[in-house]
Amino acid sequence: MNEEIKTLTISIYTENNIGLLNRISAIFQRRHINIESLTTSQSEIEGVNRFVVVVNITETQAKKIVGQFQKQIEVIRVYYHTDEETIYQESGMFKIKSDLLFNEPQIQNIIKESNARIVTVNKEFFVLEKSGRRNEIESLRRDLNTYGIMQFVRSGRIAVTKEEMKITEMLLAFNNQ
Amino acid sequence: MKETQTIETSKIHTAKTERICGSEAIIKCLIAEGVDILYGYPGGAIMPVYDELYKYRGEIHHVLTRHEQGATHAAQGFARISGRVGVAMATSGPGATNLITGIADAQIDSTPLVCITGQVPSHLLGTDAFQETDIIGISTPVTKWNHQVTKASEIPEVLAKAFYIAKSGRPGPVLIDITKDAQFGELDFKYEKCTGVRSYIPTPTTNLESVKAAADLINEAKKPMIVWGQGVILGKAEEELKTVIEKAGIPAAWTIMGASAIPTSHPLNIGMVGMHGNYAPNRLTNECDVLIAIGMRFDDRVTGSLDTYAKQAKVIHFEIDPSEVNKNVHADVAVLGNSKDSLAELLPLLKENSHKVWLQEFKDLYAIEFEKVIKDDLHPTKEGLTMGEVLKEINIQSEGNAAIVSDVGQHQMIACRYSEFNKTKSNITSGGLGTMGFALPAAIGAKMAEPGREVVAIIGDGGFQMNIQELGTIFQQKVPVKIVVLNNEFLGMVRQWQQLFFDKRYASTEMTNPDFVTIAKGYHIEAKRVTKREELADAIKEMIASKESYFLEVCVEKEGNVFPMIPSGASVSDIRLS
Repeated sequence: MNEEIKTLTISIYTENNIGLLNRISAIFQRRHINIESLTTSQSEIEGVNRFVVVVNITETQAKKIVGQFQKQIEVIRVYYHTDEETIYQESGMFKIKSDLLFNEPQIQNIIKESNARIVTVNKEFFVLEKSGRRNEIESLRRDLNTYGIMQFVRSGRIAVTKEEMKITEMLLAFNNQ
Repeated sequence: MKETQTIETSKIHTAKTERICGSEAIIKCLIAEGVDILYGYPGGAIMPVYDELYKYRGEIHHVLTRHEQGATHAAQGFARISGRVGVAMATSGPGATNLITGIADAQIDSTPLVCITGQVPSHLLGTDAFQETDIIGISTPVTKWNHQVTKASEIPEVLAKAFYIAKSGRPGPVLIDITKDAQFGELDFKYEKCTGVRSYIPTPTTNLESVKAAADLINEAKKPMIVWGQGVILGKAEEELKTVIEKAGIPAAWTIMGASAIPTSHPLNIGMVGMHGNYAPNRLTNECDVLIAIGMRFDDRVTGSLDTYAKQAKVIHFEIDPSEVNKNVHADVAVLGNSKDSLAELLPLLKENSHKVWLQEFKDLYAIEFEKVIKDDLHPTKEGLTMGEVLKEINIQSEGNAAIVSDVGQHQMIACRYSEFNKTKSNITSGGLGTMGFALPAAIGAKMAEPGREVVAIIGDGGFQMNIQELGTIFQQKVPVKIVVLNNEFLGMVRQWQQLFFDKRYASTEMTNPDFVTIAKGYHIEAKRVTKREELADAIKEMIASKESYFLEVCVEKEGNVFPMIPSGASVSDIRLS
């Protein structure tokens, strides 16, 4: 009975409406499931949004919760995927004192080795951006922490799937009904 | 995010337009949807709509309940007996929040409702204005759909969508919140019914292969058993179910939400499943070889412990809502779709059969239940009146034609167990949510929807006092409902649990009650109290014969218990008879 808890990425294609975020988060909340990360944006289809939600649950739970999302009126289609089935990334931003860039030569090496990108530099601070897996961003954060980070923020996961989603076909089929 | 999106996502047709204000548009939409009765309570943020209701009072009848909760339950009663969409209306803030219990009840019992709430003007949204509450946020988890309208021009399409969503597929409640400026604003009105919403598939297509697989399992079965739920009633599949049962000779049991879909007297109707259901269908759930669930959702009160529920059986699940399949019980075969269509497809594939030996097992267990429980409930020899004998007498006097609207608790279980139903849509009760206070207002709605039917509300002394104010609605509207309060001076079901599982510590379950007869008479409702067995039959006869509303209080045994009983978390096969 002890089914394995997995990190799963749930993709929810929806109409672009007020209140849907509330409806979606309520479904997690009601089942006492913690959301590890949630991002929402326009999808590949005009007027269709995509929520990408990362949760640690069993596949049995995932199947049931996908059914709950699917029956919401303005939800078009829902999928869940394992890490192996997706290509995923996060993005982290670091604000650091500009002095350090010149006083601590090691920082330049860290930037170079981590493939982080300098977004902006001014007299007071510079901003680094690093996209990648969680562990890559975390490793950069640990390295920079030694020197002091003024601000750090990391985005939720964004992910595309290896398999086709076929949302466009689904919407076309509806329009042709 | 763009709020006009919903307008673009449903199919649009063109019609002639006229320039009117939002509040008049709301009324015109209701009329266009065939609404002739609605239940509600006025207040500041909904006043423009009430002003139009006044103008249209010849076409649409607004029933002023005494509390907004009463309005939603009345709308539920209306919907449950008629199959039509019930409509409730309230103002913003407390008016809207008072609707919530009824909406939650409708959500879990799949009842089609459209609730319209007024909202503060859009420029005041989010300012903690007088009577402002985030009713969209509050109602989200308990509605099938909800939407806030801030522009008059959105009204026709949003309301069309609301009715479509409420009644299509698996029905449910929809809440539309309309700001006061949208009610005052003008629009070019045209109304076209909604026929589809992109992203919403109300009824999944039935896969013929799954029907064949179901038929194969049923045809091979030696001990098949059906458990049907409200899906049969909502899908208008009563006749299809009956022909399936009769052709294949399958004993069929029901959940409380499915009660009355097949007449009680039908020889293959083997009674109720669940916590206080009948002995035979509960016990034999764990002995059947094929369990055919039709339009039911394996609620925990039906299944008891899932670890020991029908593990020996192949399970076939006929279901309109894909999220119900494999939610609680694994289905070996899932037949998606409307029960009316899928049962019709199943019928020709079934072999004629009569599982006589198997059916006899149900009869034998019934005989045990009769001896140990039913006999004393219906034909008591002890002094105290039983709830069961009251129901038996109502069956006799109404000839099984009454719609029974029950509240929540012991009397509800007794009403569901012992009511004799000849007609479908006759058992109106709060099944999923278990809302005390449901029955009195729901009976009002039921009687107004079907004035030709006898409507009898069966209520406990606890639940009666939860919406007792609706006696005022009955009086003002002259609704000839019959109200039976089974008074045991206890919150009986909780007391029963305290007796059985909490060493008789009757914590806060004893009720010191007012004189209910005097209260009813205060509302000019004819009223009587019965304390002795010899008075019972005549009193019920008089009540049923009355052309007007009638209140009957029956003082029953104080510490009577409802059996059989599956203790919470136990297996269906561990059902207790005492």
